[in-house]
Amino acid sequence: MEAVIQNSELIRVGFWLTIKLFLIAGGGALAIGLVLAGMRVSPVPPLRWFATSYVHVVRNTPLTLVLLTANFGLPEIGIVFDFFTFAVIGLMLYTAAFVTEAVRSGINAVPVGQAEAARSIGLTFGQTLQLVVLPQALRTVVPPLASVMIALLKNTSVASAIGVGQMMQQMSTIAVRNPADVIEVLIVFALIYAALALMLSAGFRVVERRLAVAR
Amino acid sequence: MLYDALGPRARRRVTVWSVLALVLVVGLVVVAVRRLIDNGQFEAEKWSPFVDEPLVLQILLEGLRATLQAAAYGIVFALVVGTLLGVGRLSTHRWISWPCTAVIEWFRALPLLLVMFFFFLGVPALTGINVEPLWSVVFGLTLYNGAVIAEIVRAGVLALPRGQREAAHSIGLRDGQVMRLVLLPQAFRIMLPVLISQLVVLLKDSTLGFIIGYRDLLELSGTIHRNLDNPLQVYFVVAVLFILVNSLLSWVAHRVESRQRRKFGTRARIDDVESALGGGVGGTPVIATTPTPVGAGSAGGRT
Repeated sequence: MEAVIQNSELIRVGFWLTIKLFLIAGGGALAIGLVLAGMRVSPVPPLRWFATSYVHVVRNTPLTLVLLTANFGLPEIGIVFDFFTFAVIGLMLYTAAFVTEAVRSGINAVPVGQAEAARSIGLTFGQTLQLVVLPQALRTVVPPLASVMIALLKNTSVASAIGVGQMMQQMSTIAVRNPADVIEVLIVFALIYAALALMLSAGFRVVERRLAVAR
Repeated sequence: MLYDALGPRARRRVTVWSVLALVLVVGLVVVAVRRLIDNGQFEAEKWSPFVDEPLVLQILLEGLRATLQAAAYGIVFALVVGTLLGVGRLSTHRWISWPCTAVIEWFRALPLLLVMFFFFLGVPALTGINVEPLWSVVFGLTLYNGAVIAEIVRAGVLALPRGQREAAHSIGLRDGQVMRLVLLPQAFRIMLPVLISQLVVLLKDSTLGFIIGYRDLLELSGTIHRNLDNPLQVYFVVAVLFILVNSLLSWVAHRVESRQRRKFGTRARIDDVESALGGGVGGTPVIATTPTPVGAGSAGGRT
Protein backbone atom coordinates (compact mmCIF):
# COMPACT_ATOMS: atom_id res chain seq x y z
CA MET A 1 0.00 0.00 0.00
CA GLU A 2 3.03 2.24 0.38
CA ALA A 3 2.97 3.56 -3.14
CA VAL A 4 -0.70 4.42 -2.83
CA ILE A 5 -0.27 6.20 0.51
CA GLN A 6 2.82 8.10 -0.59
CA ASN A 7 1.03 9.34 -3.65
CA SER A 8 -2.32 10.07 -2.06
CA GLU A 9 -1.90 13.74 -2.92
CA LEU A 10 -1.42 12.93 -6.62
CA ILE A 11 -4.40 10.60 -6.56
CA ARG A 12 -6.56 13.23 -4.88
CA VAL A 13 -5.72 15.83 -7.51
CA GLY A 14 -6.44 13.35 -10.30
CA PHE A 15 -9.70 12.30 -8.69
CA TRP A 16 -11.05 15.86 -8.53
CA LEU A 17 -9.95 16.56 -12.09
CA THR A 18 -11.89 13.48 -13.19
CA ILE A 19 -14.99 14.68 -11.36
CA LYS A 20 -14.63 18.19 -12.79
CA LEU A 21 -14.10 16.87 -16.31
CA PHE A 22 -17.12 14.59 -15.96
CA LEU A 23 -19.45 17.29 -14.60
CA ILE A 24 -18.58 19.99 -17.14
CA ALA A 25 -18.47 17.69 -20.17
CA GLY A 26 -21.61 15.84 -19.02
CA GLY A 27 -23.60 19.03 -18.47
CA GLY A 28 -22.55 20.44 -21.82
CA ALA A 29 -23.28 17.16 -23.60
CA LEU A 30 -26.78 17.05 -22.10
CA ALA A 31 -27.55 20.58 -23.29
CA ILE A 32 -26.13 20.08 -26.80
CA GLY A 33 -27.70 16.61 -27.10
CA LEU A 34 -31.14 17.93 -26.17
CA VAL A 35 -30.95 20.67 -28.81
CA LEU A 36 -29.69 18.23 -31.46
CA ALA A 37 -32.48 15.76 -30.61
CA GLY A 38 -35.01 18.56 -31.10
CA MET A 39 -33.42 19.33 -34.45
CA ARG A 40 -33.53 15.66 -35.48
CA VAL A 41 -37.31 15.48 -35.13
CA SER A 42 -38.10 18.99 -36.39
CA PRO A 43 -40.09 19.68 -39.57
CA VAL A 44 -37.28 21.87 -40.92
CA PRO A 45 -35.19 19.68 -43.29
CA PRO A 46 -31.79 21.44 -43.00
CA LEU A 47 -31.88 21.15 -39.20
CA ARG A 48 -32.74 17.47 -39.51
CA TRP A 49 -29.92 16.89 -41.98
CA PHE A 50 -27.40 18.67 -39.81
CA ALA A 51 -28.26 16.77 -36.64
CA THR A 52 -28.43 13.43 -38.43
CA SER A 53 -25.08 13.79 -40.12
CA TYR A 54 -23.48 15.06 -36.91
CA VAL A 55 -24.63 11.97 -35.03
CA HIS A 56 -23.57 9.66 -37.86
CA VAL A 57 -20.07 11.12 -38.09
CA VAL A 58 -19.40 11.25 -34.36
CA ARG A 59 -20.74 7.76 -33.68
CA ASN A 60 -18.41 6.25 -36.22
CA THR A 61 -15.32 8.16 -35.09
CA PRO A 62 -13.23 6.92 -32.18
CA LEU A 63 -13.08 9.24 -29.17
CA THR A 64 -9.29 9.04 -29.28
CA LEU A 65 -9.34 10.57 -32.75
CA VAL A 66 -11.68 13.37 -31.62
CA LEU A 67 -9.40 14.21 -28.69
CA LEU A 68 -6.24 14.08 -30.81
CA THR A 69 -7.77 16.32 -33.45
CA ALA A 70 -8.83 18.82 -30.82
CA ASN A 71 -5.42 18.74 -29.22
CA PHE A 72 -3.13 18.82 -32.26
CA GLY A 73 -5.44 20.05 -35.03
CA LEU A 74 -7.17 23.08 -33.52
CA PRO A 75 -3.93 24.92 -32.60
CA GLU A 76 -3.07 24.76 -36.33
CA ILE A 77 -5.94 27.11 -37.08
CA GLY A 78 -5.15 29.39 -34.19
CA ILE A 79 -7.45 27.90 -31.56
CA VAL A 80 -5.25 27.36 -28.52
CA PHE A 81 -6.44 26.22 -25.10
CA ASP A 82 -4.94 24.20 -22.29
CA PHE A 83 -5.25 20.40 -22.24
CA PHE A 84 -8.16 20.42 -19.83
CA THR A 85 -10.30 22.66 -22.04
CA PHE A 86 -9.53 20.54 -25.10
CA ALA A 87 -10.50 17.41 -23.17
CA VAL A 88 -13.78 19.03 -22.08
CA ILE A 89 -14.57 20.12 -25.65
CA GLY A 90 -13.74 16.70 -27.11
CA LEU A 91 -15.67 14.69 -24.52
CA MET A 92 -18.62 17.08 -24.69
CA LEU A 93 -18.98 17.01 -28.48
CA TYR A 94 -18.48 13.22 -28.53
CA THR A 95 -20.97 12.44 -25.76
CA ALA A 96 -23.56 14.86 -27.18
CA ALA A 97 -24.14 12.51 -30.14
CA PHE A 98 -25.01 9.64 -27.82
CA VAL A 99 -27.25 11.86 -25.70
CA THR A 100 -29.05 12.83 -28.91
CA GLU A 101 -29.71 9.19 -29.77
CA ALA A 102 -30.95 8.43 -26.25
CA VAL A 103 -33.31 11.43 -26.23
CA ARG A 104 -34.56 10.65 -29.73
CA SER A 105 -35.40 7.09 -28.74
CA GLY A 106 -37.31 8.56 -25.79
CA ILE A 107 -39.20 10.94 -28.08
CA ASN A 108 -40.09 8.01 -30.32
CA ALA A 109 -41.39 6.08 -27.32
CA VAL A 110 -44.02 8.74 -26.52
CA PRO A 111 -47.34 7.56 -27.99
CA VAL A 112 -48.20 9.33 -31.26
CA GLY A 113 -51.54 10.36 -29.80
CA GLN A 114 -49.80 12.77 -27.41
CA ALA A 115 -48.33 14.86 -30.21
CA GLU A 116 -51.54 14.61 -32.23
CA ALA A 117 -53.61 15.80 -29.27
CA ALA A 118 -51.17 18.65 -28.69
CA ARG A 119 -51.43 19.72 -32.33
CA SER A 120 -55.22 19.45 -32.30
CA ILE A 121 -55.46 22.04 -29.53
CA GLY A 122 -53.32 24.29 -31.69
CA LEU A 123 -49.84 24.04 -30.18
CA THR A 124 -46.96 24.77 -32.52
CA PHE A 125 -44.09 22.31 -33.06
CA GLY A 126 -41.93 24.06 -30.47
CA GLN A 127 -44.70 24.06 -27.91
CA THR A 128 -45.60 20.43 -28.63
CA LEU A 129 -42.00 19.40 -28.08
CA GLN A 130 -41.39 21.53 -24.99
CA LEU A 131 -44.67 21.17 -23.14
CA VAL A 132 -45.99 17.76 -24.13
CA VAL A 133 -43.48 15.38 -25.70
CA LEU A 134 -40.14 16.14 -24.04
CA PRO A 135 -41.40 16.01 -20.42
CA GLN A 136 -42.78 12.55 -21.08
CA ALA A 137 -39.80 11.47 -23.17
CA LEU A 138 -37.28 12.45 -20.49
CA ARG A 139 -38.82 9.93 -18.13
CA THR A 140 -38.21 6.95 -20.37
CA VAL A 141 -34.82 8.34 -21.30
CA VAL A 142 -33.30 8.14 -17.81
CA PRO A 143 -31.91 4.57 -18.06
CA PRO A 144 -30.21 5.01 -21.46
CA LEU A 145 -28.94 8.44 -20.37
CA ALA A 146 -27.48 6.85 -17.26
CA SER A 147 -25.60 4.46 -19.52
CA VAL A 148 -24.29 7.32 -21.65
CA MET A 149 -23.11 9.15 -18.54
CA ILE A 150 -21.36 6.08 -17.13
CA ALA A 151 -19.65 5.65 -20.48
CA LEU A 152 -18.57 9.30 -20.23
CA LEU A 153 -17.15 8.69 -16.76
CA LYS A 154 -15.09 5.81 -18.11
CA ASN A 155 -14.13 7.86 -21.16
CA THR A 156 -12.57 10.56 -18.98
CA SER A 157 -9.73 8.05 -18.62
CA VAL A 158 -9.06 8.40 -22.34
CA ALA A 159 -8.52 12.12 -21.86
CA SER A 160 -5.25 11.20 -20.19
CA ALA A 161 -4.10 10.30 -23.68
CA ILE A 162 -3.90 13.98 -24.49
CA GLY A 163 -2.28 14.82 -21.21
CA VAL A 164 -4.83 16.09 -18.74
CA GLY A 165 -3.31 15.58 -15.31
CA GLN A 166 -6.15 13.29 -14.52
CA MET A 167 -6.58 9.98 -12.75
CA MET A 168 -5.27 7.60 -15.43
CA GLN A 169 -2.36 9.92 -16.08
CA GLN A 170 -1.49 9.99 -12.38
CA MET A 171 -1.73 6.24 -12.38
CA SER A 172 0.86 5.72 -15.07
CA THR A 173 3.13 8.26 -13.38
CA ILE A 174 2.93 6.40 -10.10
CA ALA A 175 3.15 2.99 -11.73
CA VAL A 176 6.27 3.89 -13.69
CA ARG A 177 7.95 5.36 -10.62
CA ASN A 178 7.23 2.32 -8.45
CA PRO A 179 7.16 -0.72 -10.70
CA ALA A 180 6.88 -3.07 -7.74
CA ASP A 181 3.66 -1.47 -6.53
CA VAL A 182 1.98 -1.47 -9.91
CA ILE A 183 -0.63 -4.02 -8.92
CA GLU A 184 -1.75 -2.10 -5.82
CA VAL A 185 -2.01 1.11 -7.77
CA LEU A 186 -4.01 -0.59 -10.53
CA ILE A 187 -6.40 -2.15 -8.03
CA VAL A 188 -6.94 1.09 -6.14
CA PHE A 189 -7.76 2.90 -9.37
CA ALA A 190 -10.05 0.09 -10.53
CA LEU A 191 -11.91 0.29 -7.22
CA ILE A 192 -12.25 4.07 -7.47
CA TYR A 193 -13.68 3.89 -11.01
CA ALA A 194 -16.01 1.01 -10.13
CA ALA A 195 -17.24 2.84 -7.02
CA LEU A 196 -17.90 6.01 -9.04
CA ALA A 197 -19.78 4.04 -11.71
CA LEU A 198 -21.90 2.26 -9.12
CA MET A 199 -22.69 5.51 -7.32
CA LEU A 200 -23.67 7.13 -10.59
CA SER A 201 -26.00 4.33 -11.60
CA ALA A 202 -27.54 4.29 -8.10
CA GLY A 203 -28.12 8.04 -8.41
CA PHE A 204 -29.79 7.63 -11.76
CA ARG A 205 -32.03 4.89 -10.37
CA VAL A 206 -33.23 7.30 -7.70
CA VAL A 207 -33.98 9.89 -10.39
CA GLU A 208 -35.81 7.24 -12.39
CA ARG A 209 -37.99 6.29 -9.44
CA ARG A 210 -38.75 9.94 -8.64
CA LEU A 211 -39.82 10.64 -12.20
CA ALA A 212 -41.82 7.45 -12.67
CA VAL A 213 -45.57 7.94 -12.80
CA ALA A 214 -48.26 5.33 -12.64
CA ARG A 215 -49.77 4.91 -16.08
CA MET B 1 -43.97 12.15 -36.48
CA LEU B 2 -44.25 15.26 -34.39
CA TYR B 3 -45.83 17.24 -37.21
CA ASP B 4 -48.61 16.74 -39.77
CA ALA B 5 -48.40 16.96 -43.51
CA LEU B 6 -47.70 20.66 -43.98
CA GLY B 7 -50.44 23.05 -45.02
CA PRO B 8 -49.80 26.26 -46.98
CA ARG B 9 -49.02 28.39 -43.92
CA ALA B 10 -46.86 25.80 -42.24
CA ARG B 11 -45.00 25.25 -45.50
CA ARG B 12 -44.23 28.96 -45.66
CA ARG B 13 -43.02 28.94 -42.07
CA VAL B 14 -40.87 25.88 -42.62
CA THR B 15 -39.39 27.48 -45.75
CA VAL B 16 -38.44 30.58 -43.77
CA TRP B 17 -36.84 28.44 -41.05
CA SER B 18 -35.09 26.30 -43.64
CA VAL B 19 -33.56 29.35 -45.28
CA LEU B 20 -32.47 30.70 -41.89
CA ALA B 21 -30.98 27.36 -40.89
CA LEU B 22 -29.20 26.98 -44.23
CA VAL B 23 -27.79 30.49 -43.96
CA LEU B 24 -26.54 29.67 -40.47
CA VAL B 25 -24.97 26.35 -41.49
CA VAL B 26 -23.44 27.83 -44.64
CA GLY B 27 -22.21 30.77 -42.57
CA LEU B 28 -20.52 28.41 -40.11
CA VAL B 29 -18.91 26.49 -42.96
CA VAL B 30 -17.71 29.73 -44.56
CA VAL B 31 -16.19 30.91 -41.26
CA ALA B 32 -14.49 27.54 -40.80
CA VAL B 33 -13.17 27.48 -44.34
CA ARG B 34 -11.94 31.08 -44.08
CA ARG B 35 -10.16 30.16 -40.89
CA LEU B 36 -8.59 27.13 -42.58
CA ILE B 37 -7.48 29.22 -45.57
CA ASP B 38 -6.09 32.00 -43.37
CA ASN B 39 -3.98 29.42 -41.58
CA GLY B 40 -2.81 27.86 -44.81
CA GLN B 41 -4.55 24.53 -44.26
CA PHE B 42 -5.55 24.14 -47.90
CA GLU B 43 -2.05 24.62 -49.23
CA ALA B 44 -1.02 21.88 -51.60
CA GLU B 45 2.01 20.86 -49.57
CA LYS B 46 -0.22 19.82 -46.67
CA TRP B 47 -2.36 17.56 -48.82
CA SER B 48 -0.14 16.39 -51.66
CA PRO B 49 1.89 13.85 -49.62
CA PHE B 50 -1.22 11.64 -49.48
CA VAL B 51 -1.04 11.35 -53.27
CA ASP B 52 2.62 11.93 -54.11
CA GLU B 53 4.43 10.10 -51.34
CA PRO B 54 3.94 6.36 -51.54
CA LEU B 55 5.58 6.10 -48.13
CA VAL B 56 2.82 8.11 -46.42
CA LEU B 57 0.11 5.91 -47.88
CA GLN B 58 2.12 2.84 -47.02
CA ILE B 59 2.45 3.92 -43.38
CA LEU B 60 -1.26 4.73 -43.15
CA LEU B 61 -2.19 1.35 -44.60
CA GLU B 62 0.22 -0.37 -42.22
CA GLY B 63 -1.49 1.46 -39.34
CA LEU B 64 -4.93 0.49 -40.59
CA ARG B 65 -3.76 -3.11 -40.85
CA ALA B 66 -2.44 -3.05 -37.28
CA THR B 67 -5.67 -1.51 -35.96
CA LEU B 68 -7.84 -3.98 -37.84
CA GLN B 69 -5.63 -6.84 -36.69
CA ALA B 70 -6.07 -5.92 -33.01
CA ALA B 71 -9.80 -5.44 -33.57
CA ALA B 72 -10.13 -8.77 -35.41
CA TYR B 73 -8.42 -10.74 -32.62
CA GLY B 74 -10.54 -8.80 -30.13
CA ILE B 75 -13.76 -9.63 -31.99
CA VAL B 76 -13.04 -13.35 -32.16
CA PHE B 77 -11.91 -13.68 -28.54
CA ALA B 78 -14.63 -11.38 -27.19
CA LEU B 79 -17.32 -13.39 -28.96
CA VAL B 80 -16.02 -16.64 -27.49
CA VAL B 81 -15.50 -15.22 -23.99
CA GLY B 82 -18.79 -13.34 -24.14
CA THR B 83 -20.78 -16.39 -25.15
CA LEU B 84 -19.18 -18.51 -22.44
CA LEU B 85 -19.76 -15.87 -19.76
CA GLY B 86 -23.32 -15.20 -20.91
CA VAL B 87 -24.24 -18.86 -20.92
CA GLY B 88 -22.43 -19.29 -17.61
CA ARG B 89 -24.46 -16.55 -16.02
CA LEU B 90 -27.65 -18.30 -17.15
CA SER B 91 -26.50 -21.59 -15.67
CA THR B 92 -28.69 -23.16 -13.02
CA HIS B 93 -25.60 -24.05 -10.99
CA ARG B 94 -24.83 -21.22 -8.62
CA TRP B 95 -21.15 -22.04 -8.48
CA ILE B 96 -21.02 -21.32 -12.21
CA SER B 97 -23.45 -18.43 -12.49
CA TRP B 98 -22.14 -16.36 -9.56
CA PRO B 99 -18.51 -16.13 -10.64
CA CYS B 100 -19.64 -15.34 -14.19
CA THR B 101 -21.93 -12.59 -12.91
CA ALA B 102 -19.11 -11.15 -10.81
CA VAL B 103 -16.67 -11.13 -13.74
CA ILE B 104 -19.23 -9.52 -16.06
CA GLU B 105 -20.22 -6.76 -13.64
CA TRP B 106 -16.62 -6.04 -12.65
CA PHE B 107 -15.28 -5.59 -16.16
CA ARG B 108 -18.27 -3.60 -17.32
CA ALA B 109 -17.69 -1.05 -14.56
CA LEU B 110 -14.01 -0.45 -15.45
CA PRO B 111 -12.59 1.86 -18.09
CA LEU B 112 -11.18 -0.25 -20.91
CA LEU B 113 -7.93 1.68 -20.75
CA LEU B 114 -7.41 0.52 -17.17
CA VAL B 115 -7.87 -3.11 -18.22
CA MET B 116 -5.27 -2.62 -20.96
CA PHE B 117 -2.90 -1.05 -18.42
CA PHE B 118 -3.41 -4.09 -16.23
CA PHE B 119 -2.01 -6.33 -18.94
CA PHE B 120 0.65 -3.88 -20.03
CA LEU B 121 1.98 -2.90 -16.57
CA GLY B 122 0.35 -5.19 -14.05
CA VAL B 123 1.00 -8.63 -15.51
CA PRO B 124 4.75 -8.03 -16.05
CA ALA B 125 5.05 -6.70 -12.48
CA LEU B 126 3.19 -9.68 -11.09
CA THR B 127 4.62 -12.52 -13.14
CA GLY B 128 7.67 -11.11 -14.87
CA ILE B 129 6.18 -12.06 -18.22
CA ASN B 130 6.13 -9.15 -20.64
CA VAL B 131 2.90 -8.70 -22.56
CA GLU B 132 3.39 -7.13 -25.97
CA PRO B 133 1.31 -4.03 -26.66
CA LEU B 134 -0.73 -5.89 -29.28
CA TRP B 135 -1.77 -8.55 -26.80
CA SER B 136 -2.42 -6.02 -24.04
CA VAL B 137 -4.85 -4.34 -26.42
CA VAL B 138 -6.41 -7.64 -27.52
CA PHE B 139 -6.83 -9.01 -23.99
CA GLY B 140 -8.26 -5.69 -22.78
CA LEU B 141 -10.74 -5.61 -25.66
CA THR B 142 -11.59 -9.26 -25.02
CA LEU B 143 -12.38 -8.91 -21.32
CA TYR B 144 -14.24 -5.62 -21.55
CA ASN B 145 -16.28 -6.40 -24.66
CA GLY B 146 -16.66 -10.01 -23.61
CA ALA B 147 -18.49 -8.78 -20.52
CA VAL B 148 -20.74 -6.56 -22.63
CA ILE B 149 -21.37 -9.32 -25.19
CA ALA B 150 -22.17 -11.73 -22.35
CA GLU B 151 -25.02 -9.43 -21.37
CA ILE B 152 -26.21 -9.26 -24.98
CA VAL B 153 -26.18 -13.07 -25.21
CA ARG B 154 -28.04 -13.39 -21.93
CA ALA B 155 -30.63 -10.85 -23.04
CA GLY B 156 -31.00 -12.64 -26.38
CA VAL B 157 -31.63 -15.98 -24.68
CA LEU B 158 -34.07 -14.44 -22.21
CA ALA B 159 -35.96 -12.77 -25.05
CA LEU B 160 -36.85 -16.15 -26.58
CA PRO B 161 -40.35 -17.47 -25.93
CA ARG B 162 -40.37 -19.67 -22.83
CA GLY B 163 -41.93 -22.50 -24.85
CA GLN B 164 -38.68 -23.12 -26.71
CA ARG B 165 -36.84 -24.17 -23.59
CA GLU B 166 -39.79 -26.15 -22.27
CA ALA B 167 -40.31 -28.00 -25.55
CA ALA B 168 -36.60 -28.83 -25.75
CA HIS B 169 -36.63 -30.18 -22.21
CA SER B 170 -39.78 -32.17 -22.84
CA ILE B 171 -38.19 -34.15 -25.67
CA GLY B 172 -35.50 -35.16 -23.21
CA LEU B 173 -32.59 -32.83 -24.01
CA ARG B 174 -30.21 -32.02 -21.17
CA ASP B 175 -29.55 -28.45 -20.01
CA GLY B 176 -26.40 -28.12 -22.08
CA GLN B 177 -28.06 -29.50 -25.18
CA VAL B 178 -31.06 -27.20 -24.77
CA MET B 179 -28.72 -24.22 -24.68
CA ARG B 180 -26.43 -25.37 -27.49
CA LEU B 181 -28.95 -26.83 -29.92
CA VAL B 182 -32.11 -24.84 -29.34
CA LEU B 183 -31.64 -21.55 -27.50
CA LEU B 184 -28.27 -20.17 -28.66
CA PRO B 185 -28.88 -20.52 -32.42
CA GLN B 186 -32.14 -18.60 -32.13
CA ALA B 187 -30.73 -16.08 -29.68
CA PHE B 188 -27.81 -15.25 -31.98
CA ARG B 189 -30.23 -14.57 -34.79
CA ILE B 190 -32.21 -12.11 -32.66
CA MET B 191 -29.21 -10.29 -31.26
CA LEU B 192 -27.13 -10.03 -34.42
CA PRO B 193 -27.83 -6.30 -35.01
CA VAL B 194 -27.06 -5.35 -31.39
CA LEU B 195 -23.99 -7.56 -31.54
CA ILE B 196 -22.68 -5.88 -34.68
CA SER B 197 -23.16 -2.43 -33.18
CA GLN B 198 -21.07 -3.60 -30.22
CA LEU B 199 -18.41 -4.70 -32.68
CA VAL B 200 -18.36 -1.15 -34.07
CA VAL B 201 -17.70 0.02 -30.51
CA LEU B 202 -14.94 -2.57 -30.20
CA LEU B 203 -13.30 -1.38 -33.40
CA LYS B 204 -13.37 2.21 -32.17
CA ASP B 205 -12.01 1.14 -28.78
CA SER B 206 -9.11 -0.71 -30.37
CA THR B 207 -7.58 2.71 -31.09
CA LEU B 208 -6.84 3.07 -27.38
CA GLY B 209 -3.81 0.91 -28.14
CA PHE B 210 -1.63 3.84 -29.11
CA ILE B 211 -1.71 5.06 -25.51
CA ILE B 212 0.22 2.00 -24.39
CA GLY B 213 2.50 2.22 -27.40
CA TYR B 214 0.87 -0.14 -29.89
CA ARG B 215 1.88 1.02 -33.38
CA ASP B 216 -1.65 1.35 -34.73
CA LEU B 217 -3.29 3.80 -37.11
CA LEU B 218 -3.32 6.66 -34.57
CA GLU B 219 0.26 6.12 -33.44
CA LEU B 220 1.55 6.06 -37.01
CA SER B 221 -0.55 9.04 -38.08
CA GLY B 222 1.12 10.89 -35.20
CA THR B 223 4.48 9.99 -36.74
CA ILE B 224 3.34 11.27 -40.12
CA HIS B 225 2.00 14.62 -38.94
CA ARG B 226 5.02 15.30 -36.76
CA ASN B 227 7.16 14.92 -39.88
CA LEU B 228 4.93 16.72 -42.36
CA ASP B 229 3.39 19.25 -39.93
CA ASN B 230 -0.17 18.58 -41.09
CA PRO B 231 -2.16 17.10 -38.16
CA LEU B 232 -5.55 18.34 -39.38
CA GLN B 233 -5.12 16.73 -42.78
CA VAL B 234 -3.82 13.43 -41.40
CA TYR B 235 -6.60 13.14 -38.82
CA PHE B 236 -9.16 14.07 -41.46
CA VAL B 237 -8.00 11.18 -43.64
CA VAL B 238 -7.97 8.81 -40.64
CA ALA B 239 -11.48 9.90 -39.64
CA VAL B 240 -12.73 9.22 -43.16
CA LEU B 241 -11.18 5.74 -43.00
CA PHE B 242 -12.92 4.99 -39.71
CA ILE B 243 -16.26 6.33 -40.85
CA LEU B 244 -16.05 4.18 -43.99
CA VAL B 245 -15.19 0.98 -42.12
CA ASN B 246 -17.78 1.56 -39.40
CA SER B 247 -20.49 2.60 -41.84
CA LEU B 248 -19.80 -0.66 -43.68
CA LEU B 249 -20.35 -2.60 -40.44
CA SER B 250 -23.51 -0.63 -39.63
CA TRP B 251 -24.74 -1.22 -43.15
CA VAL B 252 -24.20 -4.96 -42.73
CA ALA B 253 -26.18 -4.78 -39.47
CA HIS B 254 -28.98 -3.03 -41.28
CA ARG B 255 -28.98 -5.56 -44.12
CA VAL B 256 -29.00 -8.49 -41.72
CA GLU B 257 -31.88 -6.96 -39.84
CA SER B 258 -34.07 -6.37 -42.87
CA ARG B 259 -33.27 -9.87 -44.15
CA GLN B 260 -34.46 -11.28 -40.84
CA ARG B 261 -37.64 -9.32 -41.13
CA ARG B 262 -38.31 -10.65 -44.62
CA LYS B 263 -37.46 -14.18 -43.65
CA PHE B 264 -39.42 -14.41 -40.44
CA GLY B 265 -42.30 -12.13 -41.18
CA THR B 266 -41.83 -10.04 -38.05
CA ARG B 267 -39.01 -7.66 -37.27
CA ALA B 268 -36.16 -9.28 -35.47
CA ARG B 269 -37.08 -8.49 -31.93
CA ILE B 270 -34.29 -6.10 -31.16
CA ASP B 271 -36.55 -4.14 -28.89
CA ASP B 272 -37.06 -7.25 -26.79
CA VAL B 273 -33.33 -7.75 -26.58
CA GLU B 274 -32.78 -4.14 -25.66
CA SER B 275 -35.45 -4.05 -22.99
CA ALA B 276 -34.18 -7.33 -21.60
CA LEU B 277 -30.74 -5.76 -21.43
CA GLY B 278 -32.02 -3.54 -18.64
CA GLY B 279 -30.36 -5.46 -15.81
CA GLY B 280 -26.71 -4.47 -15.89
CA VAL B 281 -24.62 -2.52 -13.42
CA GLY B 282 -27.20 -1.08 -11.09
CA GLY B 283 -30.00 -1.64 -13.56
CA THR B 284 -28.58 0.41 -16.37
CA PRO B 285 -28.95 -1.16 -19.78
CA VAL B 286 -25.88 -2.42 -21.57
CA ILE B 287 -26.82 -0.12 -24.40
CA ALA B 288 -24.79 2.24 -22.31
CA THR B 289 -21.73 0.96 -23.92
CA THR B 290 -23.61 -0.39 -26.92
CA PRO B 291 -25.22 2.45 -28.78
CA THR B 292 -27.44 0.89 -31.42
CA PRO B 293 -26.00 1.20 -34.90
CA VAL B 294 -27.25 3.88 -37.19
CA GLY B 295 -29.14 1.20 -39.02
CA ALA B 296 -30.92 -0.35 -36.09
CA GLY B 297 -32.15 3.00 -34.81
CA SER B 298 -34.14 3.72 -37.90
CA ALA B 299 -35.72 0.28 -37.95
CA GLY B 300 -38.26 0.95 -35.26
CA GLY B 301 -38.06 4.72 -35.25
CA ARG B 302 -40.70 6.94 -36.66
CA THR B 303 -38.90 10.23 -37.01
